[in-house]
Amino acid sequence: NKKASVQRGGVNIANKTIEDIVTRIQDETEGVPIRTVKSFMTKIPSVVTGTDIVQWLMKNLFIEDPAEAMHIGSLIAAQGYFFPISDHVLSLKDDGTFYRFQAPYFWPSNCWEPENTDYAIYLCKRTMQNKTRLELADYEAENLARLQRAFARKWEFIYMQAEAQVKIDRKKDKTERKILDSQERAFWDVHRPVPGCVNTTEMDIRKCRRMKYPHRVKKSVYGLVEEGTQSRSPIHTPSHHCRKGTKEDVEKEILFLNTQLDRHRMKMSKVAESLISYTEQYMDYDQFVTAQEPSNPWTSDDPSLWDLEASKEPSQQRMKKWGFSLEEALKDPSGQELFLKFLESEFSSENLRFWLAVQDLKRMPQQDVAQRAQDIWAEFLAEGAPSSINLDSHSYERTSQNLKDPGRYSYEDAQDHIYKLMKSDSYTRFLRSNVYQDLLMARKKVSVCLSSSSHRSISVYISCIN
Amino acid sequence: THQMACQGLQGGETVASLKRESESLRKKLEEERKKLSDIELNQVAEKIEVLGPLSIKTRRVLKGHGNKVLCMDWCKDKRRLVSSSQDGKVIVWDAFTLNKEHGVALPCTWVMACAYAPSGCAVACGGLDNKCSVFPLSLDKNENLSAKKKSVAMHTNYVSGCTFTSSDMQILTSSGDGTCALWDVESGQLLQSFHGHTADVLSLDLAPSETGNTFVSGGCDKKANIWDMRSGQNIQSFESHESDINCVKYYPSGDAFASASDDATCRFYDLRADREVAVYQKDSVIFGASTVDFSLSGRLLFAGYNDYTINVWDVLKGTRASILFGHENRVSRVRVSPDGTALCSASWDNTLRVSWAAYL
Repeated sequence: NKKASVQRGGVNIANKTIEDIVTRIQDETEGVPIRTVKSFMTKIPSVVTGTDIVQWLMKNLFIEDPAEAMHIGSLIAAQGYFFPISDHVLSLKDDGTFYRFQAPYFWPSNCWEPENTDYAIYLCKRTMQNKTRLELADYEAENLARLQRAFARKWEFIYMQAEAQVKIDRKKDKTERKILDSQERAFWDVHRPVPGCVNTTEMDIRKCRRMKYPHRVKKSVYGLVEEGTQSRSPIHTPSHHCRKGTKEDVEKEILFLNTQLDRHRMKMSKVAESLISYTEQYMDYDQFVTAQEPSNPWTSDDPSLWDLEASKEPSQQRMKKWGFSLEEALKDPSGQELFLKFLESEFSSENLRFWLAVQDLKRMPQQDVAQRAQDIWAEFLAEGAPSSINLDSHSYERTSQNLKDPGRYSYEDAQDHIYKLMKSDSYTRFLRSNVYQDLLMARKKVSVCLSSSSHRSISVYISCIN
Repeated sequence: THQMACQGLQGGETVASLKRESESLRKKLEEERKKLSDIELNQVAEKIEVLGPLSIKTRRVLKGHGNKVLCMDWCKDKRRLVSSSQDGKVIVWDAFTLNKEHGVALPCTWVMACAYAPSGCAVACGGLDNKCSVFPLSLDKNENLSAKKKSVAMHTNYVSGCTFTSSDMQILTSSGDGTCALWDVESGQLLQSFHGHTADVLSLDLAPSETGNTFVSGGCDKKANIWDMRSGQNIQSFESHESDINCVKYYPSGDAFASASDDATCRFYDLRADREVAVYQKDSVIFGASTVDFSLSGRLLFAGYNDYTINVWDVLKGTRASILFGHENRVSRVRVSPDGTALCSASWDNTLRVSWAAYL
C-alpha cells in the first residue's frame, strides 16, 4: 500500500516500497520458504535460492518477463535487502545460488552513512578471525592498506575496537554468527562496493538537503562514541527556505483557489476525444509508431535526408500537416511563406506581417524592445500606417495605452485578435485555395526521392502515388 | 506584555481560520474537478488500435563524460546535442558521428541543467554554482569557450533546469530556491520571476505553442504549476503526486503535460479538464521516475527511472508499451529529437545513448 508507505516518512519512498516487498517475501505463508541447507560437513542456515526470489517477484509483482524480475531483484539486492552468501557482488541470478535476507538493522532506511573508522574496524576484525569465509578479497586488502595509512595515528584505537568486536562476536551462537557475519559483510558491500559496481548509496544532490530526520546523528555501526561520530551529518540539514504558511501566503492561496473555482472546465469525454484525435492525426509522422517514407536518417544511416527536408521543396506529407492547424502552417517556414503568398493575393498580408513582427518583438533583447514596439506601431497601427491592420476599437485603445510604456507584451491583445481573424477567415480559404491545393496535388503525383548512394551515382526513384 | 500577547493570539486564530477556509476551498475544487469526469481517458481509448510491438534499439553510445551525465538537450538541427555532467563538463556532440565538437569545463560540479539555443549557436548551462551561463559556440575548435562565457541567471540556490524561449535572447530557469525566472541574455536582467512553489523547483517546460506565453514547472512540493510569462502569475496548479516531481513536459498540442515523480509514477494532466487524467504505474516499477518526454504524436511517453530503465507508456491506453534496458545506473534525462526520429537518454553511468525504432 503505497500511501501507507509514504506516511511512514523516511529518506526514500522506493526504500519503503522495497521494505514492504522484502517483508512479504519472508512471510511464512505468503513468502518464499527460508531453510537451512545441508552441504558437505556444514549447514547453511536461513537461505533461499535465486530462482525462488525470481519466481516470487514474477508472481507477486505481476512481472511477465523473468529478465525484468532479475533486473528489479538485482536492484533490491544492490540496495542491500538480500544478498548472495558467497559473493560480494550484489545481483540476483535466476538459478540455485543461495541468498540470505538482510537484517532490518542494516536497512538503508536507518540512514546509514558509515565512517571509514567503522570500515577500518570491520576489515581489521576480519583479519583477526581465522576463517576462510572471512578472508579479505583483493580489493578489501587494498582498502585496508589505504586505511592503515590514512589512520596511522589512531590505528591502535581501531585495532582495540576490532578486538573488542571479535570478543563480542565469539560469545554468539555459531549459526547466529554465520548469519550475522554475512549480513554485516553485505552491509559493507553496499557502503563500500566492489570496484566497478554501482554505489547505490550515491545521492542526488538536489535531494540531500531535505532529509526527513534532521536531528539524526551520524551513528557508528560498532557503537563508537568518539569525537567526530557525534556530529550532525552535514547532509542532514533542515531545509531553510521552505516557506511556512504565513497569513499573507494563506490569503494568496484563498484568492488563487477562488479564481480556480471559477474556471471553466471541459468534461473528460470531450477532452479524451480531443487528445485521441490530435495524437491519431500525428501518428503517421511519429517515427516510433509508424515506419516512415522517406526512412529515418538514423536507421538508414543517411544524414542527407535531413538536408532534403531543409530544402525549399516540401513533401506532400509535410504539406498535409499545414492543413492540421494554422499553428502548424506557421511553424513551417515554407508553410508560412505560402500562406503569406496567398494573403498577398487577397490583399490582407499585413495581418500575417503584423503577427510575425510581434513574434519578433518578443524575441528581442530587452534593450531593443521599446524602439521596435514603436516601429510596429508606425508600420501597422498609426494613422496613415503603410500596412494598416484592422483592430476593434477596444483592442486599439488597450494597445495604444500599452505603448505609453512599450514592452514585449504590448501587442498581446492585438496579436491575439489578428490571429483569431486569420484562423477563422483567411486560413480556411487558404486551405481551399488554388495556391495550396495545386501544390498539394503536384506533390502527390510525383514523389521524388534523391539519394546519393555509396556508388556516387544519383539514383532517382519515382513513385506514383495516386 | 499582556496586550502583545492578546494580539499574538488574535493573529494565530486568524491564520488558523484562514487555513480552514483554504482547506475547504481545496476540497470544493476537487469536487468541481470530479464532477466533469464522466469517463476515464483509457476507457475512451479502448476503441483505438493497440500498438504493434515496439522495437527500439540503441545504436549510439556517447562516451566521454567522466562522471554522471545529469542533463542533455537536442539542437534544432536534429543531430547535435549538448550534455552536462557532475564533473563540471559540458560537451556538444554530433550524435550522428559521435564527434565531440565542443567542450567546456565549468568551475563547479553538478551541472544539472543545459540547453541548446534555437539558433544552434550557443548553449546555456548551470547547476550548483546557482547560475545559468550562456556560451556562444565558436566555429574555431581551438577557441576557449570559457573565455566567452556570459553569466545570465543568478539564483540563491542551485539551478535545476534551464531553457531558451523562442530565441537566443531569453532564458527561463528553475531553481532549488523555489522560484523560476525569465532572463534577458544580453543584459542579464531579470525580466520576470515566478513565486509560488513552497520547495525546490526541479523542472520546467515551455508550452509548445507559437502563440502562447506559458510554461509548466514541478518541484519538491509535489505541485505542478502553470505560469503566465507576462504577468508572473500562477494560473493553474495540480497536486496529485505523493512525492517530489522531478520532471514536467508538455504533450505536443500544449493542452496537457506529463510529470515524473519519486513516487514511482508518471502522470498526465489535461489543462482543459483541469485534472490528472492518467497515472502510469506498475507493481514492478518501484523506483522513482526522473524524466519524461513524449514521442512526436504524443502517443508514447518515454520515462527514465532510478532503476536504470526507460519505460515506454502508451499515453492514451495507460499501459506499458515497452521497457528499455541498457543503462548501468540511473537514467537522468530522456529527450526525443526535434523531428521525433530518435531518443537520447543520459545516465549516471557516464554515458548518453541514442535509440530509435527498428522496423524489419
